[in-house]
Amino acid sequence: MTGRLQALGRATLDGLQALGGAVLLLGRLLRGATVVLVRPRLLVEQVYAVGTLSLVIIAVSALFVGMVLGLQGYYTLVDFGADDSVGTLVALSLVRELGPVVTALLFAGRAGSSLTAEIGLMKATEQLSSMEMMAVDPERRILAPRFAAALVAVPLLAAVFSAVGVIGGYLVAVGMLGIDGGAFWSNMQSAVDVTPDILNGVIKSVAFGFVAGWIALYMGYTAEPTAQGVSRATTQGVVRTSLAVLGLDFLLTALMFD
Amino acid sequence: MSERLVEIGVGAFVALGLAALLVLALQVSGLTELRQPPGYEVTATFDNVGGLREKAPVSMAGVHVGRVESIALDPETHQARVTLRIERGYDSIPADSTAAIYTSGLLGEQYVGIEPGWEQATLAAGDRFTETQSAVVLERLIGQFMTQMQD
Amino acid sequence: MTGDEVLARVRDLRFQRGRRWIFDGVDLDIRRGQVTAIMGPSGSGKTTLLRLLGGQLRPHGGSVQVAGQEVPRLSRPELYRLRRRMGMLFQSGALFTHLSVFENVAFPIREHAELPEPLLRALVLLKLEAVGLRGARSLMPAELSGGMARRVALARAIALDPVLVMYDEPFTGQDPITMGVLIELIRRLNDILGLSSVVVSHDVEETLAIADYVYVIADGRLLAEGSPAQLRASDSAAVRQFLDARADGPVPFHYPAPGLAEELLDGEGP
Repeated sequence: MTGRLQALGRATLDGLQALGGAVLLLGRLLRGATVVLVRPRLLVEQVYAVGTLSLVIIAVSALFVGMVLGLQGYYTLVDFGADDSVGTLVALSLVRELGPVVTALLFAGRAGSSLTAEIGLMKATEQLSSMEMMAVDPERRILAPRFAAALVAVPLLAAVFSAVGVIGGYLVAVGMLGIDGGAFWSNMQSAVDVTPDILNGVIKSVAFGFVAGWIALYMGYTAEPTAQGVSRATTQGVVRTSLAVLGLDFLLTALMFD
Repeated sequence: MSERLVEIGVGAFVALGLAALLVLALQVSGLTELRQPPGYEVTATFDNVGGLREKAPVSMAGVHVGRVESIALDPETHQARVTLRIERGYDSIPADSTAAIYTSGLLGEQYVGIEPGWEQATLAAGDRFTETQSAVVLERLIGQFMTQMQD
Repeated sequence: MTGDEVLARVRDLRFQRGRRWIFDGVDLDIRRGQVTAIMGPSGSGKTTLLRLLGGQLRPHGGSVQVAGQEVPRLSRPELYRLRRRMGMLFQSGALFTHLSVFENVAFPIREHAELPEPLLRALVLLKLEAVGLRGARSLMPAELSGGMARRVALARAIALDPVLVMYDEPFTGQDPITMGVLIELIRRLNDILGLSSVVVSHDVEETLAIADYVYVIADGRLLAEGSPAQLRASDSAAVRQFLDARADGPVPFHYPAPGLAEELLDGEGP
């Protein structure tokens, strides 16, 4: 009995300690991120790694998601004679929810995992330590630019996702199902607003980029410096980012559209 | 060389992202502040606008001719004053035309439909529709139906 | 070289990991211009000692002074300023895997100084020449042998012209030729560049060959100290066990365990 209590107590304390460590790291990341103002090249390299290289997977996923939304929306709405509104359905789903959320999930799998593995391996091979001994702060030189890159890349990727998704919906609705193109766009335009719809989508994606970058870097930075430790950290990073994004999405939606 | 490629890649990525945002703002939400379509404004007064929203389409014989610009309550008559922006090119709407609020489909959006009149004079900027027809409110319709049944 | 002037002074050093005391009252002096060796069996905390000197770890007691500054009490900027004057060669080499040999050596210089490219290039090539790898400058770390990687790491460690260079197990896992090269390099760089060196190692012969002064650590305490000649002449049982590579002695061969017969007959557990 006392053994179980002790285990529970230890787990609680460990969890709190990890959370505290993550928050402290976040503070240092935010302060360190100013380095990209002095040396923009560091940011450019990382935006390329997490942003440009994620474009293809984002665009292809978005096209398919948009096409599916177009099909499903059409089949549901046509029963009510409101099939002209399929554009509204596609655009609102993408801009408000699917764009930011699916982008963040794909980002966690494509870019977040590689961030975790990279940092974890640099730690395991003493590269971070040796940097410290060269009087170069690895948190500022290595971690902070990656964090800033995630903050920049995720909102842009989410915008690309939503735009490409709408095009996918258009292709299916107008090209395949024969809905009038003018009705598709005008219904969409009368239902979607810059504020709150698009602005809230952008705010969400910024928040998701923040969380995805933070978790990925924290997991890598605290990974046990072994092959097993790094692989576990990578998996856990993706899982935790996904859960955090979905939970945060609910919170933000509740706050934004109440 | 590879540095150049990285920079080009990032440049392309950022440009694409911003372009996507612009597409979302202009094409998806039809941001009017940035893309004010030239044209002219006319007003119409309705007893009840039902579920009409700003930016709802205005059409004539099923053809899109403009948008609802704003909806306000007239403080004296307690009627709804709807401002319509008619796009350039549709400047020969007869002055005695009727503006009516219709619903597209059973559950669709509400829009303003213009039934043309016969006069030679046409509507110009700032003019008011003399004839209007309010939105059909389902509850009221059912209510009338019920009272007639009882008679 | 005066030989007596102390660059780093460690007094009554205490450090624990978990419940185990890695150091329990250790005194050391690292003198300017000398190669100081710290020897001891694996797990005796030699690497920890280097991290304490470099300020990556804080001791639980005692004092660690480098160049007259109390390392554990330094603020972050002060510590970073001190570290620019230290070089450290990690056991693995710890080269940046995404950078070429040239860029690895250029890294600390680029980070700390805004040098025009031709000057930087000259500096890096000089450092690489010092370790005999000027020709390998465009290779990536993955293309290097273990010995070469360590030499590149050495060139990087001396890139900022430090006053103190620390070597963590420089000989481990090297073939005899590479070992010879490394011994030669450590000695030569120390004397020509006027450095002070700390070598942490458990390779007895190689270490005794280059050291001016040797400390032997075991079980968190200083076992012996002196010049290589003094140690060779020592008749302490523990020193003899270490120097002569005897399996058993004051440092036990067996990890603490219950009696073998007892455990085999018991038949439980993993």
